[in-house]
Amino acid sequence: MHEMSIAAAVVGQVEAAAEAAGAFAVSSVRLQVGELAGVVPDALRFCFELACTGTVLEGAALATELVPARARCAPCAADWAVGMPPDLCCPTCGTATAELLSGRELQILSVRWEDGPTRAADREPIHEER
Amino acid sequence: MCRVVDLRQAVLAKNDRCAHDLRADLAGRGTVVINLLSSPGSGKTALLEQELLLAVARGVPVAALTADLATENDALRLARSGAPVKQVLTDGLCHLEAGMLSGHLEGWLPPQTRLLFVENVGNLVCPASYDLGESLRVALASVTEGEDKPLKYPTAFGLANLVLVTKTDIAEAVGFDEALFRRNVQQVNPGAPVLLTSARTGAGAGALLDAALAVADGTAAHAPVMARQHPHPHEHPHDHEQGHGHDHNHDHNQGHDHDHEHRHASAVPRPHA
Repeated sequence: MHEMSIAAAVVGQVEAAAEAAGAFAVSSVRLQVGELAGVVPDALRFCFELACTGTVLEGAALATELVPARARCAPCAADWAVGMPPDLCCPTCGTATAELLSGRELQILSVRWEDGPTRAADREPIHEER
Repeated sequence: MCRVVDLRQAVLAKNDRCAHDLRADLAGRGTVVINLLSSPGSGKTALLEQELLLAVARGVPVAALTADLATENDALRLARSGAPVKQVLTDGLCHLEAGMLSGHLEGWLPPQTRLLFVENVGNLVCPASYDLGESLRVALASVTEGEDKPLKYPTAFGLANLVLVTKTDIAEAVGFDEALFRRNVQQVNPGAPVLLTSARTGAGAGALLDAALAVADGTAAHAPVMARQHPHPHEHPHDHEQGHGHDHNHDHNQGHDHDHEHRHASAVPRPHA
């Protein structure tokens, strides 16, 4: 099950982006998963929760947006939903001229996080701390 | 303040970058990688034993790296060919990643190697998602596995540059329907070449070696339809200030007519670096 590796990659990338932006408390991550990406969203959700533990993403929700796989035949100008298992031969001319339009996506679309305007190191110390 | 930020980052971007760098680095040394994917027991090792022996006999500088969860059995078998062989134990991990392969090659891969065969972990699901920097990806299926294997594991067979059938010596005994198997390969990977082999009888011996050498000599490998998608993710994150509870719902043009710089979003084998 490579969903754990995928989840760890998602968490790692979001952590890096949050750190670079000075953000904390990531509350949600939106992920785009193509029908042919070879990733099972339910398994990914389970792994994601584990991978978030102890990071800035702890408790974050994972929203997956599924992308149907579509292909197009250039000579026929026909495009079709390839289905699962995919049929990548043109349904009109039957040839191997297809190109995949969508379905292989596996990307982080967006994240929702809290900006950190009052990080401890940035503020003036209060009287009791002096 | 709560904010929704567009990241638009390919999840496997790190692996893809690593694979790209490894492919370029190896190409500079005259080495190409052949990534072998199949289910456990399909006969990867027996086929590879035969191909390595042939390569050694023909004076082709080859090496092999074989990955398993445990035991050095495969490396011991492959090393009998006389070619340099390395066993990688994944400690339970179901697949190899480009960074792992790169680390294992350091200090081991003989500099004059022409072909490096990588016997991936026996698994048709997970290894399919990871580009290892190979120039030829081969999906294998034995005749005992059923003609519908390519339909059941469309990512593994759909992203292969070459499909190889093993154990054809028992095809008749198990009622293997070759025409149906070929049709199923064509469905998920139109135009993919299919080779028939039997390590026991020697049928098709050298076919994999010849295919690998052709790619090493610059012949373009078959480009699978599934590997040809260009999802055009944006490299630069751009922020959108959002109030609490505001749905981030605007539409991004994901059309395919962009002409700006983009990266591939998915792990796909790229025949040439």
